[in-house]
Amino acid sequence: MKYVLMFVDTEQFAADLATMDDAERERAYGRVGQWFAEHSDKIVRHVHLMPPDSATTVRLDKGEPVVTDGPFVEGKEVVSGIAEIDLADLERR
Amino acid sequence: MTRPSHGALAGAVRDHAGRLAAALVHLTGDFATAEDLVQDAVEAALVHWPAEGIPDRPDAWLFTVARRRGLDQLKREARYRSKLALLQWPAQPEPDDRLRLLFTCCHPALPRTGQIALTLRAVCGLTTAQIARAFLLPGSTVGQRITRAKRKIGEAGIPYRIPDADKLGGRLADVLAVVYLLFNECYLTSTADRSHDRDLTDEAEFLAALLNRLMPTEPEVTSLLALIRLHQARAAARFDDRGGIVQLPHQDRRLWNHAAIEQAGALIARAAAHRRPGRTSSRQPSSRATPRPNGGRTPTGRRSTCSTPCCSASSRPRSPG
Repeated sequence: MKYVLMFVDTEQFAADLATMDDAERERAYGRVGQWFAEHSDKIVRHVHLMPPDSATTVRLDKGEPVVTDGPFVEGKEVVSGIAEIDLADLERR
Repeated sequence: MTRPSHGALAGAVRDHAGRLAAALVHLTGDFATAEDLVQDAVEAALVHWPAEGIPDRPDAWLFTVARRRGLDQLKREARYRSKLALLQWPAQPEPDDRLRLLFTCCHPALPRTGQIALTLRAVCGLTTAQIARAFLLPGSTVGQRITRAKRKIGEAGIPYRIPDADKLGGRLADVLAVVYLLFNECYLTSTADRSHDRDLTDEAEFLAALLNRLMPTEPEVTSLLALIRLHQARAAARFDDRGGIVQLPHQDRRLWNHAAIEQAGALIARAAAHRRPGRTSSRQPSSRATPRPNGGRTPTGRRSTCSTPCCSASSRPRSPG
């Protein structure tokens, strides 16, 4: 069964990352890399998304597509990446 | 045959519906289908048993109906049909499979309302109409909750099994929360319709006892069973003639079931012997405590079931006095 993991960045996460020195940041990214390596047999594909200020919104709800800049999320969270994984069931076996 | 009493009828359905559901899920490999068949069988039982009496073998009776319905409904689905055609009751005497049923119904990926409705239907054998009456909800609402929960089990790949040891604690907490909410729903709310045909406090007691039998080394389970039985033992003294609530210090203790309180005390002692007090264990002392004259922290039924840590702050589990 296929599932999508959505990685959600928060403002706090970004702030934490900013306060780290290079070595700490390296270790943090290292742990992420390690997780992906360990589960590579179950990960179909994964992508890291561009930051939200690069986003364009297309709305189809008024007949004609309306294209706007954004969304500039007022929200505190943003999906920064997704991974498609293939598992036996919801509890991974 | 004599007409069965109300309690006997409810008890017979309760004892056998969950077993049948577990056996059918095991045999067909399809949770939703199995659960539908059991529901059909329960509804048939509620039509026939009140008039004809409870059969000598309620399990075989329910199974026969479920199997026949299954064969009718699933004519086009060859894989179920061939499986069902081979079914004989009793199915293999397996360890009680209802535990898997419970963990699946109470899976954290399901909304709490769906967990509760599904548990009542699949494990306790309540009909959708009975659940709706107990919660004062339209039948369509309950039906929708059940349909959605079952669809999610299938579509999201929620497995039918007991969680691994490393996840068991957290998952058990979900199951206990469902049982506890069920109990509270009927015990504490004044809106609950007490004339409905199945009493949710009995269902909660049944589920807690079932869990306690299947997981005898889990102190939280034993504690919850004790908590429910303590409250039930005092149920007769909780309301005055006008339906007003009587707080514990003012209750007529002659109305208490003292034998049941003793037995619950033994359960508490057993749970405390594990020396792993948890949420439920820490609720116990306030439910058993002797009322204090100032009334300030008087352990009424309502206060003692408070789910915040405040009610256990001053009351570490102790051996029953």
